[in-house]
Amino acid sequence: MTAGHTPSALGGRGACLAAAIVALLFAIATSFALNFPALSGRVVDQANIIQPATRSAIEEKLAELEAKSGIQIAVATVGSLEGQDIEPYANELFRNWKLGEKTKNNGVLLLVAPNERRVRIEVGYGLEGTLTDALSKVIIANAITPRFKAGDFSGGVSRGVDDIITVLTTDSSEWQKRPPLRLDNQQTTDPSSWLLLAAFIVLVALLIASPTFRWLFLNTVLNILVSSGGSSGGGYSGGSSGGGGFSGGGGSSGGGGASGSW
Amino acid sequence: MTISIAQIRNIGIAVLMGLTVAGCGYNTIPTLEEQAKAKWGDVQNNYQRRADLIPNLVATVQGYAKQEREVLTAVIEARAKATQIKVDVSQLTDPEKIKQFQDAQNQLSGALGRLIAVSENYPDLKSNQNFLALQSQLEGTENRIAVARRDYIEAVRLYNTELRTFPGILWANTFFRGNKPMAEFTASENADKPPTVKF
Repeated sequence: MTAGHTPSALGGRGACLAAAIVALLFAIATSFALNFPALSGRVVDQANIIQPATRSAIEEKLAELEAKSGIQIAVATVGSLEGQDIEPYANELFRNWKLGEKTKNNGVLLLVAPNERRVRIEVGYGLEGTLTDALSKVIIANAITPRFKAGDFSGGVSRGVDDIITVLTTDSSEWQKRPPLRLDNQQTTDPSSWLLLAAFIVLVALLIASPTFRWLFLNTVLNILVSSGGSSGGGYSGGSSGGGGFSGGGGSSGGGGASGSW
Repeated sequence: MTISIAQIRNIGIAVLMGLTVAGCGYNTIPTLEEQAKAKWGDVQNNYQRRADLIPNLVATVQGYAKQEREVLTAVIEARAKATQIKVDVSQLTDPEKIKQFQDAQNQLSGALGRLIAVSENYPDLKSNQNFLALQSQLEGTENRIAVARRDYIEAVRLYNTELRTFPGILWANTFFRGNKPMAEFTASENADKPPTVKF
């Protein structure tokens, strides 16, 4: 009885495990396998809806803006959102491309999905105070979607980019104080590292010279190790700018901006 | 004073041990823990941001749709309830507390969804610039909440995995015995979406 039962139970468990693994792989595949277009330039026209002349004009404007202000704007058109809503897709694409400077997060992504008839302006953390959700919505509703509706993708994208640039470069400080830019990390090469080095050398010297100090020091270190799960601040790394061509500066976005359809 | 070779060796061993402790991932657990806590801060901030938008939204809708008292009251009450429940970072390991927070916020999401659906019936309200701006801010905030939640879930996953896998499990069972896995968001994504209203 038990002899006959055991193999089937084992088989069931094995099948269960296999199913779990398959499910896991599937989950990983669906959550990470978005095929983002490569960041080949400031305008990535995967869906092929922007005329070459417009495209080079936009690229020129965007390069000029970055040279002046450091703000990185990218335009992307994709053939498919791969079943995703445009909001998570845009956010992940933004983070994948790392638009904007790492310390300022001053990037903007204009994403168009012509087959899904969806458009989104995704705004980096650092520009949320200037290019607000409401303003993004206004740009989409007034500049972009009416032209898209008429089939004029080049015109819509071009006008949308113009309006985004206008919002970002118009000096609003007279009537509106901008919130401070979000700083994710600080410079690490400051004088305090020299101070630390000096302190370390003194410490080692004391350790060599005085047996009493040595004993005290070891005791303290052991005490600290045993007694605490002290917390230390975490830090991010990642996002470096490669040489040549256009690449993101390491910025990130937390989902600011607006979407629309036509 | 003379320094014997044995003394130097002892010091060398002490320094080496210190380095090894850091190199073997002693820092990983606290680092991941702090990251997850920071992400929770983002989640809570974005929910707060939504709560801050509501008084303005309610006031605007009230100007055009006074008769929708029931829906408006539901939003105000749900907001009051949701803002009362705050989850301190030390309570992140408590699934019960997380669930309370989540339930209150979901209730507010539902009430807000009904308010937006009802406002579709008032053309004057729908074309009001203030309402349109508020609506886009609300949409933006909902999206930020979604992003912050996703980031938090990922941070918790990394932290919990570190506590349960090698080599983190060694540290978790020795120096970080007090560190418990954090509770995850459990409700399905659909619970966050406003209910569809048919006419």
